Amino acid sequence: MVKANGTIQFTEKPSIASTGVTVGPMEKDSPFASAFDEILLLEKEKNESYEEANTRFIEKACAITVKKGHEKMENIDVFIGGDLINQLSPTNFAARKLKIPYLGVFSACASSVESLIIGSLLLESGKASSILAGASSHHPAVERQFRYPLEYGAQKPKTAQWTVTAAGFALLQKQVKNAPIITHGTIGRVVDGKQANPLHMGAAMAPAARDTIERHLTNTNSKVSDFDVIMTGDLGKIGLNILKDMFTDEDCHVILQDAGAQFYGEDTFFNAGASGAGCSAAVFLSHIYNQLQNGTFKRVLLVATGALLSPLTFQQGETIPCIAHAIECRMEKRN
Amino acid sequence: MDQKQFEDIVDKQNPKTPMFTNMLKAFLVGGIICTIGQLLVFFYIRFFSFTERTAANPTAATLVFIAMLLTGFGYYKKISQFAGAGSAVPITGFGNSVVSAAIEHKTEGYVLGVGGNMFKLAGSVIVFGVLSAFFVALIKTILVKIGVVSW
Repeated sequence: MVKANGTIQFTEKPSIASTGVTVGPMEKDSPFASAFDEILLLEKEKNESYEEANTRFIEKACAITVKKGHEKMENIDVFIGGDLINQLSPTNFAARKLKIPYLGVFSACASSVESLIIGSLLLESGKASSILAGASSHHPAVERQFRYPLEYGAQKPKTAQWTVTAAGFALLQKQVKNAPIITHGTIGRVVDGKQANPLHMGAAMAPAARDTIERHLTNTNSKVSDFDVIMTGDLGKIGLNILKDMFTDEDCHVILQDAGAQFYGEDTFFNAGASGAGCSAAVFLSHIYNQLQNGTFKRVLLVATGALLSPLTFQQGETIPCIAHAIECRMEKRN
Repeated sequence: MDQKQFEDIVDKQNPKTPMFTNMLKAFLVGGIICTIGQLLVFFYIRFFSFTERTAANPTAATLVFIAMLLTGFGYYKKISQFAGAGSAVPITGFGNSVVSAAIEHKTEGYVLGVGGNMFKLAGSVIVFGVLSAFFVALIKTILVKIGVVSW
């Protein structure tokens, strides 16, 4: 049931049966790299466009997910996915090949968790039994749509983040043994912190993350220390510090983490860290998923954050509205 | 938490822009590019039949050509991350903006892609360059007419 303020409690134990994560070559030096399934080339051959490459990353991640879940592609009921490219073309084009009933979702970098929430709801309704859900982003394709040409010499400030090339998908099924279950989902509200700098998304997204985390904690009667980790998607190093400062709770400093801040380690080349729908999808569905499966984490809150700007809106002087969707995952005792 | 408190936190966490070192780097790299330009001017005057006034054209073309090569091989953006305005303001920055856009849009074909987007970034440089050249020429013409300066 949906409680007031957008938190949904899942009673039918939608579980993450398997996951598949594909990343680009830049991501192989990530501290999370050992958890990724496959490293693919940014462009397979010279005449493959970056958008086509994004589609290839999605197709491959989906194939890996389904294979690891010992399922067949034709047995999947619904495919839910999103990316950052106009009209969701990479995901749409991947769906063309997958031939599974398909729902395309967009809430920028929060699409990853949005698709998991919708997938869990479909399972909960009993109208579907196997769902493939996730999201992706592709650095060069995103860069050219939202910013400058790749080879253009624009100096990036310390607040800038690097869009991750990755696709992360999960196979959702009901009551799978020894798999993490999704117990709650909190649907984000669009929050505008009146930030207008597209090269400082962390500051723009922090208020949305705080709103969702606070509502989730209130609606589920829990506190920060009940979780092993509360991980946001792509606030970056500076955005994470802003978020921590917005909470007075002392526990936040350890438990609040950010996938984007950790994704590229301490390499200053990436400035404030990583971003993109692929960032949260890749980390949540590889590293965090593994930690849940091996019992290191028992209860986690995954908060994907998305900046809902377009190249048009910021040139027109609009501020950056943001959204954050959250899911709570738990691992029950193994048997 | 109100807007004011949030903005205070953002201000506190924002890294300071190292203005002085940024300017120093821009000055150094911009200066180096201009020195190369000056050497090219000397070269064209010494070895070809150019005058001080006409040597500017082949010099600009040579610098843009070098910038194109650096852009194509992926070095220009690295120089720019270090130099900032130092590599954006000289004519090499103009060359970089044209070539980077041309490379980027090759997948959409030569006419609508490369041709249509080549000046996407450089277009405003051309528009405002022509506009300011017009006004500067107008002022000089007036000054010449009233006898303050001569051509």
